[in-house]
Amino acid sequence: MENNAFYVALTLLFNLDASLYQIVALSLQVSLLAVLIAALFGFPLGAAVAIWRFPGRGGMIVALNALMGLPPVVAGLMVYLLLSRAGPLGDWGLLFTPGAMVLAQVVLVLPILAALSRQKVEDLLGEYREQFVSLGMSKLRMMPTLLWDARFALLTVLLAGFGRASAEVGAVMMVGGNIDGVTRVMTTSIVLETGKGNLPLALALGMVLLALVMLINAGAYLLGELSRRRVG
Amino acid sequence: MTSLQVPSLASFSVSPLPELRFEGVTFNNEDKVLLGPCSFTLNGSGPTLVMGPNGAGKSLLLRLSHSLLQPTQGRITWSGEASPRQAMVFQHPVLLRRSAIANLIHALAVNKVPRRKRLKLARDALERFGLIDCCNTPARVLSGGEKQRLALARAWVLSPQVLFLDEPTSALDPAAIQAVEAAVREFHQRGTRIVMTTHDLHQAKRLAGDILFLSGGKVREHTSADAFFDAPVSQEAQAFIAGGLVE
Amino acid sequence: MKKSLNLLLAGVTSLGLSLGAYAEDYITLASTTSTENSGLFASILPKFEDATGIQVRVVAVGTGQAFEIARRGDADSLLVHDTTGEERFVENGFATERADVMYNDFVLIGPAGDPANISQAQSAREAFAAIAEAEAPFASRGDDSGTNRAELRHWKHAGVDPDGDWYRELGSGMGPTLNTAAAMGAYVMSDRATWVAFGNRQDLKLLFEGDKVLFNQYGSLLLSSEKHPHLKHEMASKWHSWLLSAEGQQAISDFRVSGQQLFFPNAK
Repeated sequence: MENNAFYVALTLLFNLDASLYQIVALSLQVSLLAVLIAALFGFPLGAAVAIWRFPGRGGMIVALNALMGLPPVVAGLMVYLLLSRAGPLGDWGLLFTPGAMVLAQVVLVLPILAALSRQKVEDLLGEYREQFVSLGMSKLRMMPTLLWDARFALLTVLLAGFGRASAEVGAVMMVGGNIDGVTRVMTTSIVLETGKGNLPLALALGMVLLALVMLINAGAYLLGELSRRRVG
Repeated sequence: MTSLQVPSLASFSVSPLPELRFEGVTFNNEDKVLLGPCSFTLNGSGPTLVMGPNGAGKSLLLRLSHSLLQPTQGRITWSGEASPRQAMVFQHPVLLRRSAIANLIHALAVNKVPRRKRLKLARDALERFGLIDCCNTPARVLSGGEKQRLALARAWVLSPQVLFLDEPTSALDPAAIQAVEAAVREFHQRGTRIVMTTHDLHQAKRLAGDILFLSGGKVREHTSADAFFDAPVSQEAQAFIAGGLVE
Repeated sequence: MKKSLNLLLAGVTSLGLSLGAYAEDYITLASTTSTENSGLFASILPKFEDATGIQVRVVAVGTGQAFEIARRGDADSLLVHDTTGEERFVENGFATERADVMYNDFVLIGPAGDPANISQAQSAREAFAAIAEAEAPFASRGDDSGTNRAELRHWKHAGVDPDGDWYRELGSGMGPTLNTAAAMGAYVMSDRATWVAFGNRQDLKLLFEGDKVLFNQYGSLLLSSEKHPHLKHEMASKWHSWLLSAEGQQAISDFRVSGQQLFFPNAK
């Protein structure tokens, strides 16, 4: 019975102990903050690429699409070398802190948000373009209007980004160091417990992570559906 | 009744409608000539109804006039120094995914109307077009007729000197058509130059001051409405009227 | 619109604050997975923190990566198990001092059936030779860790050049290597600590232990303040001397898993 992952998962949840709570909270904080920061830059970037025509635009779209598949370990390695004391941003002293994990996840998530929002905004622009020109809108002025009107599609994009951030382990392991109580998150705990041969606990943590991600997705879905129905 | 500067009929006569002049205008898609060469001047009091069979180039002509497209050759000019304020109402109104009133406020914001004036202007326009009860309704769940009235209200708040309408009633039921036509008359009375395409001869008879008749990408006739319907000169127009009235 | 923007800002600040709010008095220790995974640090670090008020944050990686982290100045202190490598680290000027702290030992694990019959071996040398002779599957860490380096020394000592289908280099940590060995029914060399704490043994058994050459010495290094002036040397040297002190040595020998002592203090 004790070796059954479902049993362990339920025990974990019902006895929600302080360390599990901390791990869950840190996972959420890091990934949500990373997605938020990535959205702040990624959405305007995606919209800009959708709206403006400039030399190298095609190459940029290809690059953004390709970067969606950037292996987390590579992102982690890049951020590690950047934040390492021997690296250019070493003075920030961010390595092995949650801040470093946020940065690594921003690197992972930003291309996803930019590439997918570029697609959504471009579709919408196709529908709106004549009306916008008729209203005498500048390209810069189109950006906020398009981003706001694409908000339901962008919510889905945001969830895709959050999914990537919360599921990856390579980057946060490398730049966070999986330090107990400081940078240990759900995914790095799962790797650790697997390494200890504690497979039921590892699987149980996986289920908790999955439940959490599902909860957030369900919430976002409901929110999106309700307002979509309202706005039509 | 509103803070809009609605010209009275008296001022209407002294401040004439902006004149639109086409000089040798053509529009090509690659090597294929879709429109032109066209030369004409819109200087009457209108409303100008642009008519012609499908594919005659009516929508193209409107889009060129409104600078949504650039001519391949020729010049399009307006009387006066700057081009006049313009608005356009499309066959399928493009409305933002927001409430009805937010659509108007957005248009006002884009046109740099001071923030404090926007709400009042928007509410007045909604009232004028019978949409005040739908003020907070999302624009995209309105009925077809309501959507087109909202598009007209959006044009109204911008107080354009020229209003282009591209088949604005082709997808509407008779009651909604009547509402749109009433709105067009209201714009006209306010001193707005109206340029509108339609394929409905009855509608043209009801609204038109002058008719610009296109066929095969060329202007075949440009005369007063009465003259056009009584005695069309070109063969194309004769056939069009005959066919249209038989329908 | 304005309201949601405010909400967003509030969210960002609250997330940011909680991310930044951490103790100032801490050092980062680069160490190996065996010490962390066995639970040794969880047992002794609170005692050190009680005594000094200094928090130790452990980044547990392979020995090779631990050296690299220290070389780049990303850790304040280093505790690993590769005496040769540690001495070279001092020679190269990255550390000013190296000291023995404790040892544990390596054990040979394999399928209960013991096809190479290593449980009867008289020495580690014999046991390794028997595995190679039988060409029984052997799972190697293959990750340039301290354990991996030790294992390669034992092959050399036994006069074997490990090569062929039976020798699998996994490129993984100790735990994952044990998981794989359990699934393959392979022999594997593990540090005792990881083995005792390991929960997924399946058919694996401890088959050979006790030869002195299998002892696994851990050393603590005091890193150079000349190479990396930004390091927290004062706190790091407190940690270094505490490990070697009677108090620290006692804490190490007090640590038990299932009643078994895993690390034996031997500071001089």
